[in-house]
Amino acid sequence: MNPKVEEMNNNPVIIDISDIRRDFIVGAETVHALRGVTFSIKEGEFVTIMGKSGSGKSTLLNILGCLDTPTGGSYLLDGISVQKMNKDQRARIRNTKIGFVFQNYNLLANTTAVENVELPLMYNSGISSSLRRQKAVDALERVELGDRLSHKSNQMSGGQMQRVAIARALVNDPAVILADEATGNLDTRTSFSILKLLQQLNQEGRTIIFVTHNEDIARYSTRNIVLKDGRIIEDTYNQHILSAAEAYEKLPKEEV
Amino acid sequence: MNTENLFKIALVALSRNKVRALLTMLGIIIGVASVITMLAIGEGSKRSIRKQISEMGSNMIMIHPYSERGEGGARISMSNLETLKNRDYFDIRDKAEYVSAVSPNVSSSGQFIYQNQNYPSSINGVSPEYLTIRQLKIQSGSMFTQDDVETNNKVCIIGKTIVDNLFTKGEDPIGKVIRFNTIPFEVVGVLESKGYNTMGMDQDDIVLAPYTAVQKRILAINYLQGIYCSAVSEEATPDAVESITTILAENHGISNPDNYDFEIRSQEELSSMLTTTSDLMTILLACVAGISLVVGGIGIMNIMYVSVTERTREIGLRMSVGARGKDVLMQFLIEAILISVIGGIIGIFVGVGATFTVNWVASWPVFIQSWSVLLSFGVCSITGIFFGWYPAKKAAKLDPIEAIRYE
Ligand SMILES: Nc1ncnc2c1ncn2[C@@H]1O[C@H](COP(=O)(O)OP(=O)(O)O)[C@@H](O)[C@H]1O
Ligand SMILES: [Mg+2]
Repeated sequence: MNPKVEEMNNNPVIIDISDIRRDFIVGAETVHALRGVTFSIKEGEFVTIMGKSGSGKSTLLNILGCLDTPTGGSYLLDGISVQKMNKDQRARIRNTKIGFVFQNYNLLANTTAVENVELPLMYNSGISSSLRRQKAVDALERVELGDRLSHKSNQMSGGQMQRVAIARALVNDPAVILADEATGNLDTRTSFSILKLLQQLNQEGRTIIFVTHNEDIARYSTRNIVLKDGRIIEDTYNQHILSAAEAYEKLPKEEV
Repeated sequence: MNTENLFKIALVALSRNKVRALLTMLGIIIGVASVITMLAIGEGSKRSIRKQISEMGSNMIMIHPYSERGEGGARISMSNLETLKNRDYFDIRDKAEYVSAVSPNVSSSGQFIYQNQNYPSSINGVSPEYLTIRQLKIQSGSMFTQDDVETNNKVCIIGKTIVDNLFTKGEDPIGKVIRFNTIPFEVVGVLESKGYNTMGMDQDDIVLAPYTAVQKRILAINYLQGIYCSAVSEEATPDAVESITTILAENHGISNPDNYDFEIRSQEELSSMLTTTSDLMTILLACVAGISLVVGGIGIMNIMYVSVTERTREIGLRMSVGARGKDVLMQFLIEAILISVIGGIIGIFVGVGATFTVNWVASWPVFIQSWSVLLSFGVCSITGIFFGWYPAKKAAKLDPIEAIRYE
């Protein structure tokens, strides 16, 4: 067994879901997007969630991210039961425990990198404006954009925008980072640079859940869960984790 | 989420769309400016009417003969009715309460002649108290006395216009004798000039003489054309009117008010009668202006709706990083309020500017009351909240997942 996996066995559980169901009522029909999903994720795991389009990955991630509530089942996030929370309480959880990374970056238009990263902290009244700025700068430095603080979103490449989005997901020091097809819009080389960054963050102890339909990416995570028609059909720990940094080096260096 | 951050977010959002924000404000600017200007014009004209009336005298009460036996029952007032007698004047002077000064009035128009100069005007027969009632002052010489009244003395007090037209060589009029038609009157005093009143009447075209002299030597009558009084204060005017009415009704032996053969008007009454018209005008103007404020508010609502739709993704993102429904609501509400309040402030300046321009260009009387500024400012803030509420509510109700996927 991979030493890393063994070492993680003693870590506290961050996410614990059991028999999660999600039905959507569309007209007269009911779509069962999730038909009873159970797993728990420990601190420091890098989990990829894979599956064909329509298998329920995004629905699951939205529930994990407290954007959506399950129709049935229970969900403990960082020891807190969240499936019964009201809207405002879920907003608070998203603000303090979750970092989201989206496929299309979702940066505020015409807004500087540092202001984009500050956004989650704007909704946390416990953080002063100077501390907010400091944390945003630190997060941008962490994603190697320390020299692009005042660049506006439209002055950056896709890879840079996704880094800003990752910095935004990091800035509130969340319990878990959730990424939905985070490399879906990027070319291979940039995808690997993002993957490399996520791997580094994971090695620093960050818990990451990464939804993708790209099977290659599973080789760089510590654990891989495969969904099909709203059910888990495979849940395996990766015995041979590849280094994204090495893969990145080996890629032909086309000019950016 | 503290309010400071919400203000910051709203300000940033507005500054990203400056032109649109300004255009949206335009409705509010025009609304507030027109409310202020209209109220200032209304209040200005009202004040000028009040001033004109107060120039006429101090807490004046005017008594005239009156008849309702006119044709077709029309109520008419005539100065040749003989119902007011000297006795009425004496009784009011001696018995009326809350009255500080009383003067009878009889007048006749004719030609004033001095040497080879002549000037058409009219002679007013009054008592010495007339000066206080009409707020007139003697510039040189002195007012005729009660003795002059009792002896029907042919003395007179003249205004500046009369002086200018008769004494063309700059002589001192005091002690000179002028003739009214053929009857000689000695000038004993000259009145201080009052100039033209706001209605354009020359207040210096005036000759005062003892009423007895005018009654007996000119008109050969034994009745009065009017009686003027001053109430002790403005508030006492109704009481004074009541006291006078009692005296006259008793003197004339009339108990039914419908049959009174006299009519009593107070300055206060005249003033409120005239200002009601201008009040009504002000209300109408302010309503029109108010409507433009509402139209401005609808403009805000319209733009806020567009803005919410345009920024659906942004709203979804904000929610996904922890904005609660009420944070989003407040953000858009503050934006709407900022638009209307900033527009309101600009509108106040534009309105004050427009008011002074109207005063300067058209020389209309204007008066800006501080409450009208506060009112329009308050109304536009409320407009912002009211019309900003629905779009903001719409934004707050968005589902974060759908919002963030919105194309
Ligand atoms: N808001 C919704 N309303 C109705 N059906 C939905 C909704 N969201 C997802 N679904 C359905 O749930 C299933 C899973 O969707 P999703 O989780 O987006 O899949 P994936 O991300 O794996 O492609 C699909 O059949 C999809 O049509
Ligand atoms: Mg999906």
